[in-house]
Amino acid sequence: MLESLQERLARVTKTLRGEGHLTEFHIDAALREIRTALLGADVSVDVVARFIERVRRQALGEEVLSSVTPAQMVTRIVHEELRMLLGEKTVDLDFKGYPAVVMMVGLQGSGKTTNAAKMACWIKEKKGLFPLLVPADTSRPAAREQLLILGEQAGIPTIDSRDMDDPEEIARKALREASIKGYQVLIFDTAGRLHIDDELMGQLQRLKGILKPKHILFVADAMTGQDAVRSAKAFHEQLDITGVVLTKLDGDARGGAALSVSEVVGRPIVFAGIGERLGDLEQFHPDRMAGRILGMGDVLTLVEKAQNAVDESKAKRLEAKMRKNRFDLEDLRDQLSSLKKMGPLKQVMEMMPGMDKMMPTGGVNEAQERQLRRMEACIDSMTPRERRHPQILNGSRKKRVAKGSGTSVEEINRLLRQYGQMRKLMKRLGKADPRQLKRQLGIG
Amino acid sequence: MAGAFVKKLKRGLFMTHTEFLEKVGETFQRTGPVEPQHLDRLETALIAADAGVELSMSLVDGLRDEIRKGRLTTTEELRPAVRRRLLELLQAAENAEPIDLSNEKPRVTLLVGVNGTGKTTTAAKLAKRRMDNGATVLLAAADTFRAAAVEQLQVWARRVGVPLIHQHQGADPAAVVYDALASAKSKGFDEVLVDTAGRLHTHSNLMKELEKVRKVASREVAGAPHEVLLVLDATTGSNGIEQAQRFGATVGVSGVVLTKLDGTAKGGVILAIADTLGLPVRWVGVGEDADDLLPFDDEDLVDALLEVEA
Ligand SMILES: Nc1nc2c(ncn2[C@@H]2O[C@H](COP(=O)(O)OP(=O)(O)OP(=O)(O)O)[C@@H](O)[C@H]2O)c(=O)[nH]1
Ligand SMILES: [Mg+2]
Repeated sequence: MLESLQERLARVTKTLRGEGHLTEFHIDAALREIRTALLGADVSVDVVARFIERVRRQALGEEVLSSVTPAQMVTRIVHEELRMLLGEKTVDLDFKGYPAVVMMVGLQGSGKTTNAAKMACWIKEKKGLFPLLVPADTSRPAAREQLLILGEQAGIPTIDSRDMDDPEEIARKALREASIKGYQVLIFDTAGRLHIDDELMGQLQRLKGILKPKHILFVADAMTGQDAVRSAKAFHEQLDITGVVLTKLDGDARGGAALSVSEVVGRPIVFAGIGERLGDLEQFHPDRMAGRILGMGDVLTLVEKAQNAVDESKAKRLEAKMRKNRFDLEDLRDQLSSLKKMGPLKQVMEMMPGMDKMMPTGGVNEAQERQLRRMEACIDSMTPRERRHPQILNGSRKKRVAKGSGTSVEEINRLLRQYGQMRKLMKRLGKADPRQLKRQLGIG
Repeated sequence: MAGAFVKKLKRGLFMTHTEFLEKVGETFQRTGPVEPQHLDRLETALIAADAGVELSMSLVDGLRDEIRKGRLTTTEELRPAVRRRLLELLQAAENAEPIDLSNEKPRVTLLVGVNGTGKTTTAAKLAKRRMDNGATVLLAAADTFRAAAVEQLQVWARRVGVPLIHQHQGADPAAVVYDALASAKSKGFDEVLVDTAGRLHTHSNLMKELEKVRKVASREVAGAPHEVLLVLDATTGSNGIEQAQRFGATVGVSGVVLTKLDGTAKGGVILAIADTLGLPVRWVGVGEDADDLLPFDDEDLVDALLEVEA
């Protein structure tokens, strides 16, 4: 397995310990690691080269912050650049039209047909619109049957084009059908083709002329390697595609193709295919993809959220208390509630490297979330004096608190044990270098 | 045959001249001592062909070593040196996994792989090839999951003139294979080619299903499956290694079919697969027609990979 970018950067940081300034030398070391990470995730070499150049320029111009290590700083710039390429946020496609035509195009086997059906379901369910599926892959044997079956399974009207072998004729028929019956969205499935097949690429251009599509979606396989740029570029040059659907993301590919395609096409990735069933389509989340490519979860978003959630003045007070080793249960409660502010624990965990894979959907995280809420309830039921001096919590006090918070004495004991461990940890931290301490707290 | 392969590849490669490959081209053509940047370019070119970061780096490290030892000095020697190393790698894989030549009847071949790589098309192409060589071939439609998968193979079976054993959609794929083998045994077929549903190697329940197919085959026919071919799309990046590894661990892959080489991808990931798993390539797919399947030729592939308008 490839090392995650974090591990790589940690190594760079180690060699740079004690130096708080961003020099060309540091940047180079960090950039080399980033380059390897991106290439290992199958981002195209050309795209990586341009990407690294942009990051280098940015990093050199950056004002040096003494509280941040060079590697951290470079990582932040990298992450921002990634977000610029993949998009700041999820794109919500507009399917209004008379009808709005969506053309699915791409290489053979990328997943056009399956995702055409999935998208029809999505549009019907999430947008409340009436889509019409149009099978126009006349080259692959039984491709039209495939879409007919899927349409029937999904309860989506599908044109029966089995006796027609000219996609252009099918296109005209579909438009007529849509205008007669009032379908709002027309999803047009085309045959897979190679981007160097001039004849078939020409056919797509003619279809575009007939259909006047609102969206031309390039369907790309997330497992694609270096070739992603070549095919995406050629499709874009000839068709001016409006968006990308990235498929087979339920596998374990790092998905560097997403970055390659985004860079050369400059259009957003709009949908992610995450399985073979009709419900297995979701809107694309650029943030998650950035983390997946770098193999680092969405650490930076997490850090940012933590920074926003921790109130500056409270953080300062906390720091002072930790220094004097006077961290009490009141402070713990503040911490718990700022953890809550970061969002549902499930989301927070999803942003952490590796965690998303380890968590079964639902299950564990909800239990943990519940536990956090219960801990907070325990503390809320204590008197201010008990919060500040937990050592006075004897048996009868514990019973009272347990009753008041609807928990048990056992849970209160567990809370106190955890609190004790935290104090010990903080005592150690208190002796550490203040800059490092701040960083640990996410207030650096 | 080899000529056709190269021609098809060249057509694709004509489009693949990225900035980097051009620079490597210059490097290969220049005379004089090898400079560090030449090796960097070579490394990048290998990565650009999907050979993978690890393999590319270790190959180039090997060259650095040779330079240090004085065994390699000028840029003219660079290309033959790389070529030799890549060929050694592919040949080692070929030797590690010899083709099962036992003449049990029927000879059973499973086609496996992730979604959309070309399993069904390859099954049909392979059937045609084996028939052209005088064998009697039976196709088994063990993709009972994907909509219209059976119909697709039916069309192909008719096209190439091979009988097909199939059941309804949703049937147990192992049962289809059982039927096909029973039929092949009673009618004395030489070959049974089994098309399976595309599946991502990360879905363990689907991988278990494949394991069952394999078990049924080996129970019904001695030594079966004689071949398990992983059908790999040439555009696949480093994930191809995971695919080969996981399919290999589940059903014991014996060789790779590299498809869609008529595009611009070079399928360099098979180098990494040969290197880490010792899996050889058997066939290459170069188009969508029944005849577009060619035996793998390692020299052709390596030359195509290093093709820089020599
Ligand atoms: N250009 C080109 N296309 C190919 C090649 N092999 C297969 N295809 C095309 O790739 C597409 C998918 O091929 P299939 O044979 O259906 O792939 P599969 O692996 O059976 O797909 P699933 O069963 O859906 O997983 C079809 O449009 C084929 O015509 C090839 O060598 N070159
Ligand atoms: Mg198939």
